[in-house]
Amino acid sequence: MFPKWFDDWNAKNPTNIFGPAILVGIVGSAVFAAAFFVSVGQPYATASTQTGPRGTGMSIPEFKYVLAEGDPTIEDYYTDDPIVPSAGDPLAKDIYENVQVLGDLTEDNFNRLMNAMTAWVSPEQGCAYCHGDGDLETYGEDNLYTKVVSRRMIEMTQNINESWDGHVNANGEVGVNCSTCHRGQNVPSEIWFKNTPVLNTNMAGWSANQNRATSTSQATSLPSDQLEKYLLDYEQITVHDLESRVAGSPGDGETRTIQHTERTYSLMNYFSNSLGVNCNFCHNSRAFYDTEQVTPQWGTASLGISMVQELNNEYLVPLAEVLPEDRLGPVHGDAPKLACKTCHKGYQQPYQGLNVIADWPELATTETPEYE
Amino acid sequence: MIEYQNIFTQVQVQGNPDWGMDDQGNNMMAERTFPPRYSTLIGWIGNAQLGPIYLGYFGVISLATGLLWFNIVGLNMLAQVGWDIPEFIRQLFWLALEPPSPEYGLTMPPLNDGGWYIISSFFLLISVLSWWLRTYLLAEQHNMGKHVAWAFLGAIWLFLVLGLFRPILMGSWSEAVPYGIFPHLDWTTAFSIRYGNLYYNPFHCLSIVFLYGSVLLFAMHGATILAVTRQGGDRELEQIIDRGTASERAGLFWRWTMGFNATMEGIHRWAWWFAVLTPVTGGIGILLTGTVVDNWFIWAQEHHFAPAYDGSYGYEAYNGGGN
Repeated sequence: MFPKWFDDWNAKNPTNIFGPAILVGIVGSAVFAAAFFVSVGQPYATASTQTGPRGTGMSIPEFKYVLAEGDPTIEDYYTDDPIVPSAGDPLAKDIYENVQVLGDLTEDNFNRLMNAMTAWVSPEQGCAYCHGDGDLETYGEDNLYTKVVSRRMIEMTQNINESWDGHVNANGEVGVNCSTCHRGQNVPSEIWFKNTPVLNTNMAGWSANQNRATSTSQATSLPSDQLEKYLLDYEQITVHDLESRVAGSPGDGETRTIQHTERTYSLMNYFSNSLGVNCNFCHNSRAFYDTEQVTPQWGTASLGISMVQELNNEYLVPLAEVLPEDRLGPVHGDAPKLACKTCHKGYQQPYQGLNVIADWPELATTETPEYE
Repeated sequence: MIEYQNIFTQVQVQGNPDWGMDDQGNNMMAERTFPPRYSTLIGWIGNAQLGPIYLGYFGVISLATGLLWFNIVGLNMLAQVGWDIPEFIRQLFWLALEPPSPEYGLTMPPLNDGGWYIISSFFLLISVLSWWLRTYLLAEQHNMGKHVAWAFLGAIWLFLVLGLFRPILMGSWSEAVPYGIFPHLDWTTAFSIRYGNLYYNPFHCLSIVFLYGSVLLFAMHGATILAVTRQGGDRELEQIIDRGTASERAGLFWRWTMGFNATMEGIHRWAWWFAVLTPVTGGIGILLTGTVVDNWFIWAQEHHFAPAYDGSYGYEAYNGGGN
């Protein structure tokens, strides 16, 4: 292949080329990699928020590219300026029949809200989703379950904004309206149903409610009944003893067992996924139980737990009587229920803190709305 | 010299397979099985000869009961997905055979609520103890010290604490560890959280010290011996009784580095004790948890072992809302 003189010269001058070749290869690759990262930048850069004393590792790291993308549903958010009523404006209850909740709104504001609700909940079906295909005269009828449910959901929204102000407006006015959960869908995403005992289990007791990748267990092997026990049945979430030594045995009904702990862990993991945060957002992980070491967010979240318990028990569970079978749970035929993720959708604040209540004073209170 | 700068063993001996001696009059030859053969691939990481294996009574008992445990766990998992093989494969890492629910205490629960767990655990216990007896008896038959058996007993101590001693002290089999890939990890996390953070358990601290210490010692010793192999340091036993230039150089290296050096014999005692003390101290820590101490963080505060913060929580940085 090479000329003879070259092969001869090579044979007379044996040289170890592997050493230099490896050296050049390694140094060259390192230079290339260094130049690449200097010019392109760290592709997975993180931003972190400190959540505790310095040096304790309490922080919430997030990928910058995720932060830059943001919640894609914000772009599609629909809103409309309120119409300040003037004296003598006709009221909805005087014009339309069977207006039970929003009767005191002026006709203009009533229709403005109805219009927004179609954009938030039934953009494809429009008014007919709740009012049927009939003429305007039939809109007062309560024939469709969707309308009965909507009325209850309006009451629920007003209650959230009014009674749970400490949660939904904890860091400034954010509030909730229909779209906070619905985001343009008839049924909000991230609702949940009872699903224990887990499918096909053939087991009883401790084995029957865990060790399966389900939607409620967030695809972990932790218990799948944590939302049911804690956010519906008001069971005790805390598991720790508050003294270094206490009496008790796992079977006595009082002592918190390993499974209680795993269930609490399952709930906390659900919290994390719902808000896109880690444990340190609310807790000092060296002592999870210690309310003297928690962050301010712990208080907001605790209020959220009470709120979800009330909403599930007062508003959603009773709807099982109204909802058709295909809207009920696949295993137990129970009503769809909400929890953190139904509103938050993976962000610290729903719609990343977008104020969704400013334009909708009629959803902010059960009393007469205040327009400015 | 380049052959010693390689992660693979460069020297392989292959020839007539060695069956081992049979001079004790104890019929060991008859109980050797799997005719030996050579594998170059195996030779890269160890001795190129594969087999024979000496089973003996306890080897057979151990394998049989271990297999029973394995099958009981596997069939229980299969039953939990309705005997559906694809689902079994899909959920394999999630599935588990759980210990009984707490209401059964130390009594025998129904088969589908931990009964199978108790039965399989019984077989696992026999299997592990038989294997231990095997390490003891084989050492005796070879006129060896029982160092391997006692070290193995250290690991068995931790195993027995987790599955037998602590559940008995707690008065409930529900305290045992589930048999499953993810579920036993869930158990471990929950165990630490339930008892107020196991990091504040001093025996857990000790166990970590010995575990990481074992790793460090292993690396230091392996590196030292490889480094002086060119002076004959790989003949460690000869160097113990007849210290040569390899030992001198290795000792000098460490003495100049950190002022102290182990000896060719002593380093093996260091390694043995660090390895053994890892599960021994860990087991003590587990045994005390829930029985003597129910909240390790509070215990640590009572013993001035957990620091208090100065109050600079830095909340103002993120109190204005987030993403």
